[in-house]
Amino acid sequence: MSRVEHATRSSRVGIVVIAVAVAGLALAPFWGDRQTLRLLAEMFTFVALASLWNLLAGYAGLVSVGQQAFVGFGGYLLFALAILWDVHPIAAVFIAGPIGALLAVPVAALIFRLRGAYFAIGTWVVAEVFRLLASQISVLGGGSGISLPASVVIAMAPTRQMREFETYWLALALTIAIFSAIIALLRSRHGLALTAIRDNELTAQSNGIDVARIKLIVYVLTAFGTSMIGALIFLQKLRISPDTAFSVNDWTAFVIFITVIGGIGRVEGPVIGTIVFFVLRQMLADLGSLYLLMMGAVAIIVMLWAPKGLWGLMAERFGWQALPLQRHLVLGKETGGKS
Amino acid sequence: MQWFNVILQGVLIGGLYAMFAAGLSLIFGVMRLVNIAHGDLIVLAAYISLMVVQSLDVDPLTSLVFVVPAMAAIGYLLQRGLLNRTLGDDLLPPLLVTFGLSIIIQNGLLELFTADSRRLQAGPIEVETFQLAPGVWIGALPLIQFAVAVAVIAGLQGLFYRTALGRAFRATSDDQPVAQLMGLDTRHVFAMAMALSLAVIAIAGVFLAVRTNFDPAIGPARLIFGFEAVIIGGLGSMWGTLAGGIILGVAQAVGAQVDPGWQLLAGHLVFLAILAVRPQGLFPKVSG
Repeated sequence: MSRVEHATRSSRVGIVVIAVAVAGLALAPFWGDRQTLRLLAEMFTFVALASLWNLLAGYAGLVSVGQQAFVGFGGYLLFALAILWDVHPIAAVFIAGPIGALLAVPVAALIFRLRGAYFAIGTWVVAEVFRLLASQISVLGGGSGISLPASVVIAMAPTRQMREFETYWLALALTIAIFSAIIALLRSRHGLALTAIRDNELTAQSNGIDVARIKLIVYVLTAFGTSMIGALIFLQKLRISPDTAFSVNDWTAFVIFITVIGGIGRVEGPVIGTIVFFVLRQMLADLGSLYLLMMGAVAIIVMLWAPKGLWGLMAERFGWQALPLQRHLVLGKETGGKS
Repeated sequence: MQWFNVILQGVLIGGLYAMFAAGLSLIFGVMRLVNIAHGDLIVLAAYISLMVVQSLDVDPLTSLVFVVPAMAAIGYLLQRGLLNRTLGDDLLPPLLVTFGLSIIIQNGLLELFTADSRRLQAGPIEVETFQLAPGVWIGALPLIQFAVAVAVIAGLQGLFYRTALGRAFRATSDDQPVAQLMGLDTRHVFAMAMALSLAVIAIAGVFLAVRTNFDPAIGPARLIFGFEAVIIGGLGSMWGTLAGGIILGVAQAVGAQVDPGWQLLAGHLVFLAILAVRPQGLFPKVSG
């Protein structure tokens, strides 16, 4: 019998490599020093943010330059819940998801009226509105921001080391959860629809896919994940201000750079992109603004001459896929050919 | 009378926003390109003007003689060399390339001019005012700026409907392949549109620099103002962008009068309200 399969040999190898890597990363508190843990946790949050943006822009065609709205919202929600309502910070990270998704519904109702590139700037306006509103909240420090009170931080874990391990594992777990959720979504019926939209929106529509509905679902789900990661990021930083929470550079420019370099419209792209981004950052951080300038130039060059990014180049050259996502037909043996 | 003053100031700054918007609207109309680096190019024009003013010792308005052609040339080359490659059915390349350009311009300016905020001194004209009515004073510079904005919009409108270049713009906007078949070199037409857009930006940038302090990071907010004015006014309508700019300017001025923290917020909220009740804008012409 013929059947449709997702897995290929390279994806089976990929799964093993990923499993080993995840096991190694889960044990990082036992082999890495503080600096390494902090760097790895930051990388996890960028993998998650870039994967979410990739789902939004690369698959659903919703190019947002305003996802910092949800990063900042998640962060501020964490601080509000922890400071004003005594919620445990880790619980607050999980609460940030559904509330962020809820908030995304009215936001989408407004900005989905804008098409294409104007949609992008519309998302930016929303993020600016959030930033300006956040700086009006005086109990959360207004424009100058606020630190998470020592009592809340101490309540998380008895020692600093324990707390750092806790946030590290939380970052790893959350990133894997988001990454797996995206893969599950892409392997589902909706995923097939999304891939169709990515490849040709008009054709997808004419084949009976409810494009508008799928886009809304993706936007809301992305807000869910982005808000959780936002809360997590500011749990790591322990301090928040409107400018850091809603920073277009940190939460959009870097995320776009990562996705474009790694390969937009491919789940593996953000992981590769994050590694490249952090290697470049460690090497070039001393250059200051010149480093950002070079980053912008690299993004332009990749977009023009290798629009599928590094992973796209490798996938095309060698037929690789690290994760079992593509569907292909496996022709079964003829019945009766061998009795 | 105080409120009348506030609204008048809002209207006058609206002219500046309309100039931000006109350049954006022009290139969107001709080639469906949204230039994320638009705001940073406005700031770039301000810095070019600063260099001209400092090295030639002229006043800022005279510097326009150099800044406008310089920016137009940058626009032409940018479009020919880079942005034309990004145009096509896919939305991502133009968006991401202009986003990258925005980062390059911001950080390039930061590297060259530091983060210090600058301002252009226009001399005695800066403080010159005259009385419009008892208790209502109007500054000479804001008035000139508004008059220039109206002239720019009228000029663009005339260029669009009365000249061969305008006809080429409209033809390319309506149907690019057919325009090409009729012998138009669309690469050149697009580059001319970008040159014109950056010429308008140059004027806007110089007036911005005379009016307020500027530093390399203020570009994105100017892009957003221009974009809001375009959407409020309605896509594709030049006079609509003027109306949009004025509405945005008045909203900000009224917001600032209520509470200084509400200046920007009030503008954004009016934009979102118009998006909610009249998403096609007030004076729409083309559907985007």
